[in-house]
Amino acid sequence: MGGYSYDELGAIFAMQGFAGISLFSVLLLMALGLAIIFGQMGVINMAHGEFMAAGAYTTYLISSLTETYIPGFMPYYFVFSIVAAFLVAGVLGYLAEFILIRHLYKRPLDTLLATWGLSLIMQQSFRSIFGAREVSPTLPDWLMGSVQPTDMIDIPINGMFVLGLTVFTTLAVFYLMFKSSWGLRVRATTQNRVMSGAVGINTKKIDRYTFALGCGIAGMAGAAFTTIASTGPTTGTLYIVDTFMVVVFGGAASLFGTIASAFSIAQAQSILEFFISGSMAKVFTLLTLVIILMFKPEGLFASKVRR
Amino acid sequence: MSDKSDSRRLWGRRKVVRAISALPLGIILASQLSLAAPATTTGQAVTDDTVTVGILHSLTGTMAISETGAQEAEKLAIKQINEMGGILGRQIKVIQEDGASDWPTFAEKSRKLLVNDKVAAVFGCWTSASRKAALPVFEKENGLLYYPTFYEGLEQSKNVIYTGQEATQQILDGLNWVAKEKGAKTFYLIGSDYIWPRTSMKIARKHIENVLGGKVVGEEYKPLGDTQFGSVINKIRLKKPDVIYAAVVGGSNVAWFKQLKAAGITSKKQTLLTISVTEDEVLGIGGENLEGFYSIMKYFQSQDNPNNVAFVKAFKEMWGDDSVIGDVTQAAYLGPWLWKAAVEKAGTFDVDAVVAASEEGDIELTTAPEGYVKLHPNHHLWSKARVGMWKKDGQAEVVYTSELIEPDPFPEGYQ
Repeated sequence: MGGYSYDELGAIFAMQGFAGISLFSVLLLMALGLAIIFGQMGVINMAHGEFMAAGAYTTYLISSLTETYIPGFMPYYFVFSIVAAFLVAGVLGYLAEFILIRHLYKRPLDTLLATWGLSLIMQQSFRSIFGAREVSPTLPDWLMGSVQPTDMIDIPINGMFVLGLTVFTTLAVFYLMFKSSWGLRVRATTQNRVMSGAVGINTKKIDRYTFALGCGIAGMAGAAFTTIASTGPTTGTLYIVDTFMVVVFGGAASLFGTIASAFSIAQAQSILEFFISGSMAKVFTLLTLVIILMFKPEGLFASKVRR
Repeated sequence: MSDKSDSRRLWGRRKVVRAISALPLGIILASQLSLAAPATTTGQAVTDDTVTVGILHSLTGTMAISETGAQEAEKLAIKQINEMGGILGRQIKVIQEDGASDWPTFAEKSRKLLVNDKVAAVFGCWTSASRKAALPVFEKENGLLYYPTFYEGLEQSKNVIYTGQEATQQILDGLNWVAKEKGAKTFYLIGSDYIWPRTSMKIARKHIENVLGGKVVGEEYKPLGDTQFGSVINKIRLKKPDVIYAAVVGGSNVAWFKQLKAAGITSKKQTLLTISVTEDEVLGIGGENLEGFYSIMKYFQSQDNPNNVAFVKAFKEMWGDDSVIGDVTQAAYLGPWLWKAAVEKAGTFDVDAVVAASEEGDIELTTAPEGYVKLHPNHHLWSKARVGMWKKDGQAEVVYTSELIEPDPFPEGYQ
């Protein structure tokens, strides 16, 4: 490592560490919603990416409206747009469950096809409404730029923002699933649907709200990612592969698994990428995943669902 | 790469043969150059007062973002030509097909346009992949394609006229400029992982190492659509290059520039030259994320000459005040005009005659928005390279204009 001082190496090390954590938070935020839907309901939601795009477009819409009508509100709109993205995607998810998915619970492969069809419909709707070009909301100034703890270290603010949001969402999901009575009912339904119905849990309602919650979180993720990338009609398809990778590797029914899997994939990817090229890093990460899944087909954390 | 140069030699020979066979034809036609002359149509969709052409771009799918502008420009040019009285006294009719961002569809629609509709020329394709898919159809059916995108070169088909820059036209002058103006010695190359960035970077590396005497301190390719640049940005920071030389495309492009800014790498600290950002991309990236960075293209919307002022005005009248015009859009606009010039010179819509007329190397457009262009016998355009510095409002200020550069799709020493 000739030619570099210890300060420089330390700075790079710190920033590289943050790059890994930042990727971890992105992957986790993408996967949380899917983990709830896939893990708790067994529904393979191919339209997950489009619900993220719906959240992103909501943010874009609110940004343009704010800029036109109440420019003074610009610095604050982003926080509200995340809540709005959650609500919009949640309501869309609620409707999708009511119209489409509830009829197909007994036919898992058909849900896969149906949600894929849904994703195509949503993509074309985005294209008709917002146009084919990619759009970006105007971000408030406080979200751009970087914090400099020392002269050499730049920590991106948007990365920290996504990290904060991920931590908050994860804690909220954990509270909801493991501490609230609603979560108890969700888990009961997951473990034994017939029995849950027998003890008076409205399992259909549980399904609908679980699906809506998963989609809502996807919408929030979409809103947060507008700080990192742009939004187009087919943005969702970029995310869906990574999202499934995280959930499947973690073990379908385990939220802990999802976190562990997001963390290991992110670290492997970002460390490898530092030493070899981006494409090769992806190849090695995926190869490792395949090999591990060959030996542990149920993922890192085994499913505890009684079928 | 020896097969490439072989095929080029072969073309050379074929061209000679064709040129000789075209000679008597040219003499006959020269005597009939009045406007209403009965054209030799050889089964094309040409009537006494109309001629049909095809437009083939993606209107749906991921590429719709980029290809929309190109087909808008082609329609504008055709409208203007019709208002001037058409070509050889015939109004141009357009049949438009959607390539749907799917390469086999481009081949299928090309066949439909050439075989069923018998169009006299096609303006279309955007990505190299779509052109490569359509190319065998054009060669088999002896069609004529005007292709608007700047691309990696290494191709020269009888049936294609390339109205964008090939790689050396775009790359070499930009590198010379940055080496001279910014005293750049070390370069970091980064691109998306597919043929165009890889070929372009190969040419750039050879030029940096062999001609400029500089050093490439890093070369990096990211998968298409990737949105995470944290590790790459740290690597760049470690290498401290004088110039970042970028060819990142699509959604990744937006993520790349947003994350550069978020990481504190701005034009105040770092020179960045890109070959993949036009006004179209800036819409998605946001001018504030690009401010002070440089693009090298042959055309910028802000170019201040009478041709361009008229072009921008006409474009906005037809397609709306919000529309922006990027490099490829302008190159697409040249297509119908070049075709018009070649057809009028040949006096017929017959593809062989139009190609022969185009290959004489004296078809020029003095009214091109980018300025003067001339068609080279190798089917590419003589054009100037321009360096633009991006401003916050999404427009570029042209800071450097080269001399007219000869197109060289098979550059020696760069392969």
